Amino acid sequence: MILSIDKLNAWYGKLQVLHDIDMHFNTGEIVSIIGPNGAGKSTVLKSIFNLIKKKGRIIYKNKNITKYTPQQIAKAGITYVPQGRSVFTDLTVHENIEIGAFIKPGNPWKDFKRVYTMFPNLKDLKNTRAGLLSGGEQQMTAIARALMLKPRVLLLDEPTLGLSPKVRTLIFDKIIEINKTGVTIIMVEQNAKRSLEISNRAYVLEICRNKYSGRGKQLLEDQRIKKLYLGGK
Amino acid sequence: MSYFANILVFICIYGILAISLNLTIGFAGIFNLTHAAFFGIGAYTSALLTLTGVPFWLSFICAFLIAAIFGFLISLPATRLKGIYLAIVTFGFAEIIIAVMKNWQGLTRGPLGLPGIPKASLFGFKFASTWEFFVLAAVVLIITYVIISKIVNSPFGRTMRAIRDDEIAAKALGKNVMKYKSYAMLIGAGFAGIAGSLFAHYITFIDPSSFTLTELILMLSMIVVGGIASVPGALLGAAILVILPEPLRFLYLPSSIVAAIRQMLFSGILIAMLLFKPNGILGERRLLLKKNAKSSWFIKKLWRG
Amino acid sequence: MSIIPQLLLNGIIAGGIYALVALGYSLVFGVLRFINFAHGELFMIGAYIGWVFNIVFGVNILIAILMSIIITIGVSFLIERFVYQKLYTKGLMPPIIASFGVSIFLQALILMIFGAQIKTYRTGEIQPGISLPGGMIITKIQIVIIAVSIVLMIALFLYLKYTKTGKAMRAVSNNYQVALIMGINNKTIISYIFAIGAGLAAIGGVLVGIEQNLTPTMGVMIGIKALVATVVGGLGNIRGAVMGGFTIGIIENIGIAWLPSGYKDAIAFGILILMLIFRPTGLLGRKTEEEIRI
Repeated sequence: MILSIDKLNAWYGKLQVLHDIDMHFNTGEIVSIIGPNGAGKSTVLKSIFNLIKKKGRIIYKNKNITKYTPQQIAKAGITYVPQGRSVFTDLTVHENIEIGAFIKPGNPWKDFKRVYTMFPNLKDLKNTRAGLLSGGEQQMTAIARALMLKPRVLLLDEPTLGLSPKVRTLIFDKIIEINKTGVTIIMVEQNAKRSLEISNRAYVLEICRNKYSGRGKQLLEDQRIKKLYLGGK
Repeated sequence: MSYFANILVFICIYGILAISLNLTIGFAGIFNLTHAAFFGIGAYTSALLTLTGVPFWLSFICAFLIAAIFGFLISLPATRLKGIYLAIVTFGFAEIIIAVMKNWQGLTRGPLGLPGIPKASLFGFKFASTWEFFVLAAVVLIITYVIISKIVNSPFGRTMRAIRDDEIAAKALGKNVMKYKSYAMLIGAGFAGIAGSLFAHYITFIDPSSFTLTELILMLSMIVVGGIASVPGALLGAAILVILPEPLRFLYLPSSIVAAIRQMLFSGILIAMLLFKPNGILGERRLLLKKNAKSSWFIKKLWRG
Repeated sequence: MSIIPQLLLNGIIAGGIYALVALGYSLVFGVLRFINFAHGELFMIGAYIGWVFNIVFGVNILIAILMSIIITIGVSFLIERFVYQKLYTKGLMPPIIASFGVSIFLQALILMIFGAQIKTYRTGEIQPGISLPGGMIITKIQIVIIAVSIVLMIALFLYLKYTKTGKAMRAVSNNYQVALIMGINNKTIISYIFAIGAGLAAIGGVLVGIEQNLTPTMGVMIGIKALVATVVGGLGNIRGAVMGGFTIGIIENIGIAWLPSGYKDAIAFGILILMLIFRPTGLLGRKTEEEIRI
């Protein structure tokens, strides 16, 4: 087990969004967190990265990282791709990716090599302003940026939001590729079907509480899930 | 003795200014920076008219009307802009008005100002002494206070406050936001104008330097101290800031030092109030802290990092 | 003999100064959506501090400029830390009203310390200007102003484009929250941004102090016009600030060929209002109109 969440409670201002959430993630897994809007899926990721008010414990590699700053968390090996358009639109693709390694001193040329090898299409777009890219390209840039620090755990918040089916496939393929290099992936997704297909396990959040959990494929078959989220039969 | 009357007169004049400024900034939420310029327009209008023989009461009313018209005209482009841009455009208009005051020598005698403005007089009775003028000023102040209080508590006022607090919701409810904002600016400007008229006929000399940005900041200080969106608060703030620098008069310092200290005083109080008691002494709860302002939400969300 | 070339030259000189000060407004607005109305006073304080070191203490002018930069940055830091920082979260008006207060306070402070009399950097006789083709005359200090402005602007652009901190500044200004996630220390970056703005303003202040003279209110008009330049160029847009600065400088100087010279200052405001009515995003602004127009 590489990361675990114990009795997590989280608040947006005065509104409590998560109640006593328990989750665990094993090394090398792809785990999806699915559920309806407002259930707090993104909040789980934000809690791991310590961006909001919370109570509970986050244990990473046997270390209690609950009180770590986002900087320390990134240094420890967890990086985060937020929801929506998270690239810096005024910076070029290369500069965006470069910022991914901001907290690491020195020239990250080795990391550039590694990342551009995994995202060869971005190499051609190196000097383009990120704001001019298509949605899929921007998302690829954001993910590439998150890989610069060679994270052990990658948090993805709705990586395929607003993208066409074809592009979604590309993104999911990339996620599998990244996972094969040993990176644990925790993914929040609206698009439950596709994400469950590639996940080892999933957690279903229903308005703040952890309602169901199970193996990805198994959940796909679960009639209740089918009805609630997959547009049932 | 007339020393105290003098102070009271200024409390009345600034009281009218503060209460009317509060209408646009505090109750309507319009960050309007033209108030000192309207004060000036009222003053010049009233002065020029009486200097050409128009009776005071008519000049006084014209001061209100002309200032209100300017307020309305400026509100047309201004209310189409949001927040900071509205502030900047009103600021630009204010500066242009000042520039005209300084340069249209034929009309205003420019920086030399207009001396010899006749003292206020109604139906033959001249308000020659300070106490007599105070009675006039106090009456105008009371009328202003009552009218603006009524406006603020009327359905119109409630709609205005709704617009201030959540413009999008107000629009969704079908309210013509721009119309309300224009009215607020118009009324505020008009009252600034009559304050200007009183000022002109009390001091009997006006020049552009009384109507600059610095004066506006003084007025802002008054409503911040007294309480944003509180009519009694505005008056209280005016009183405090008029009275507070008075002790300096007795310290026999050179006049430029006194001016400097006076400025440091009110700007210092302004900053202190904003830091420690932003709602002012009598302010409506959580008013200056505009919870729905886009930049406020934006920055509040992010500053926590 | 047309006076237009001379007016154009004057416009470029003024524009350079406006651009230097406008950069400060733009940098701060870009990251905090806040307009610091006291920025012009940093320009004024820079001029006075340089004067104190150069004329009162008799220090070499370059060292005086350096001291001016350092102390002005210090003043700006104190103001930001103890006044503005506490007010950013409170809405649109509180920080701006506070900046009004700071502006008045600083003017009054300098008035009290130095008095209202005009001070100058000149110790000797006034030197004649250099004649240029086209009937233009330019003085040495004016050449310095143009050169220094241009060099500083280029330096700033290079800094923002190629240094790590510069890129971090652009990131923070582009997307504050994501910059935090990347591990950038936003508060530090913001302090750096204020420092750069203050430094540029201080240099501008000393140069103008040398070229003209010092009064406690010298920062007011410059500050206001630089703000206009920023808005005209597009709030938050660095290139826009520079463009706006030169635009205002040139138009207002050429404008007085036709308008009475007293209206020179009003020209800038006229441009401002036209801009805000017809193109509020400014010449180069990229913000969507939704942010500005209702």
